Amino acid sequence: MPESITMEVWRYRPERESEPTWDSYEVPLRKEWAVLDGLNHIKDQLDGTLSYRWSCRMGICGSCGMTVNGEPKLGCSTFLTDYAPGPVRVEPLHNFPVIRDLVVEMGDFMAKLPTVKPWLVGDDEPDEDTEYRQTPVEMDDYKRYSMCINCMLCYAACPVYALDPEFIGPAAIALAQRYNLDSRDAGAEDRRDVLASAEGVWACTFVGECSVACPKDVDPAGAIQRYKLTAANKAVRDLLLPRGAR
Amino acid sequence: MTTKRSPEPLLWLLFSSGGMVAAMLVPVLLFLFGVAFPLGWLTAPGHDYLASVVSHPVTLLVLFGLCVLALFHWAHRFRYTLYDGLQLKRYRVPIGILCYGGAIAGSVVVALVLLRAI
Repeated sequence: MPESITMEVWRYRPERESEPTWDSYEVPLRKEWAVLDGLNHIKDQLDGTLSYRWSCRMGICGSCGMTVNGEPKLGCSTFLTDYAPGPVRVEPLHNFPVIRDLVVEMGDFMAKLPTVKPWLVGDDEPDEDTEYRQTPVEMDDYKRYSMCINCMLCYAACPVYALDPEFIGPAAIALAQRYNLDSRDAGAEDRRDVLASAEGVWACTFVGECSVACPKDVDPAGAIQRYKLTAANKAVRDLLLPRGAR
Repeated sequence: MTTKRSPEPLLWLLFSSGGMVAAMLVPVLLFLFGVAFPLGWLTAPGHDYLASVVSHPVTLLVLFGLCVLALFHWAHRFRYTLYDGLQLKRYRVPIGILCYGGAIAGSVVVALVLLRAI
């Protein structure tokens, strides 16, 4: 194994340059080093001006999403040795405006997320003393979708989001399904207007790259397809059945 | 976003059922009539027998359903190929007319061809 690897890092410092550039750094190649460790080495030892987001180093916080050799990855769980002998090209996540270096603007997602009400919506008569019990089987219905860490890799991978930024997007729809499929939730009808809109599930053409990119195995593409069937079912009922029987 | 009345759910149902029906029936038909009978792996049915099977109302209905759903499957897929692949979404009205008009015209042709078999 070579002792070092070249990291080519996408740099954009709006106060200094109008166009992004690439900077190359030689970092030690160690078996246990992830791309994020390489970036931390650059920041600490080589160039303190490099900006990127990170926090937990263990695939939980979802902060260190970046593009590694063209693919959306978590910097903390992508190992440098997998790219030896290099170089490793690190860019910000695609499909997002860049604030600086590897730091992207996530405001679009943050604005869309609450529109799908990603929280438990109670029924009309909340009872303070009632426990909302759930069996393991009921939990299995939505557990997979609850693993989302909002890392935005699915948005970076989604070709539909690249073409149509109005698309609510994979993670937001998967999170809506996380609550729709929860036996304690009564908000499915509230979420329907947004999910079943042209910018909701119907914008998705089932390319499936979101599920490939997802580091937590959430399968947003599957969540979207499931909701398409639910929405189509509801639409047919709306069309055929009288109001009271829907 | 009041799109509950949008035709998209119905078009998607036609698309997905067309995909499913085509995936289930077309490979079998292609294998039988395109490979197995021509190569003599299976004894080909005689013309009279086949004509009587095809002219049976149930066969006509199945073939009509298969062709119509497959055409609407094509229409949906081709519409999105033009929207996203060629990035022509700004022409959505003529594209919709082309795709679904084509599927409807194809369905009429299918009906005429099948009616001749009776």
